[in-house]
Amino acid sequence: MNEARDSMLKEVMALDFMCIELNLYLDTHPYDQRAVMVFVDAARRAKMARENFERMYGPLTASASNSFPWPWIENPWPWDVQ
Amino acid sequence: MWVYDKKLEYPVKIKNCNPRLAKYVITQYGGPDGELAASLRYLSQRFSMPLEVAKATLNDIGTEEMAHLEIIGAIVHQLTKGVPAKVLEKEGLGGYFADHDRAVYPVNASGSPFTAAYIASKGDPVADLVEDLAAEQKARATYENLINMMDDPDVIDPLRFLREREVVHFQRFGEVLRIVQEKLNERPYFVKKPEFMNVSPAAANVSPISNVSPATANVSPITGVSPVSNVSPATTGKK
Repeated sequence: MNEARDSMLKEVMALDFMCIELNLYLDTHPYDQRAVMVFVDAARRAKMARENFERMYGPLTASASNSFPWPWIENPWPWDVQ
Repeated sequence: MWVYDKKLEYPVKIKNCNPRLAKYVITQYGGPDGELAASLRYLSQRFSMPLEVAKATLNDIGTEEMAHLEIIGAIVHQLTKGVPAKVLEKEGLGGYFADHDRAVYPVNASGSPFTAAYIASKGDPVADLVEDLAAEQKARATYENLINMMDDPDVIDPLRFLREREVVHFQRFGEVLRIVQEKLNERPYFVKKPEFMNVSPAAANVSPISNVSPATANVSPITGVSPVSNVSPATTGKK
């Protein structure tokens, strides 16, 4: 039913996950210059995907709320069965 | 502080309810080797860590474990949503249902509630880090047990992801332990102010510490020591 939303969110999830993984690696390898560059690029792409998603489907963080009525409360929440 | 991101770290889309599986999966919510124990352990231990690397790693892995807690909660919720009470009772969740209905409550697979006795936060970096290594292995083993009991690919998929994350966390904690032990084994040395700066020894902050020896791995560190920590900055100089 909401497959377009699902596949867009999956892209955000995948890019954010790449950032999480690099984040953990960099915490123990802070001087790995190449890894930092890869992180910065991944974060940039994740941010773009997130903004594209939020533009169509609403905020992913409360502070990204940008419409009326207060959009943050809207379903679906991540644990909901769809 | 924490910011909530309105998505799961990994998708959970369970099409078929199955309370029998929920009864077991819930141990990774409130059980001894589950995600609540993991996140509470790491987020508590981070306060007393001496090195930036350790603080960051415990902080970030602890945060990720909270995301995993959410995934397990979602799995349990989706497995039991809408299931009639009689069916829940037949599948072994009668006791749980009596107290919690279809809510998610932190218990282990036998129904014992979560306790802080599951975690340790010793304040000793080596003790804490080896506890964390053990915790990740126990979590991995538990996920393997759960996966072996499951037959629904919708449930196995996120469990397999979580198991892989435990393996990665184990690697990270291993690196932090190595870094912490290397730091503890360093010989601390102090620089004594040369005479020509004309400051009397009493005024200088130099104190040779005579009982320092190359630390072995399990010696509690003189924390906060860096090579030039006892050199006082030059005062007005010429006198």
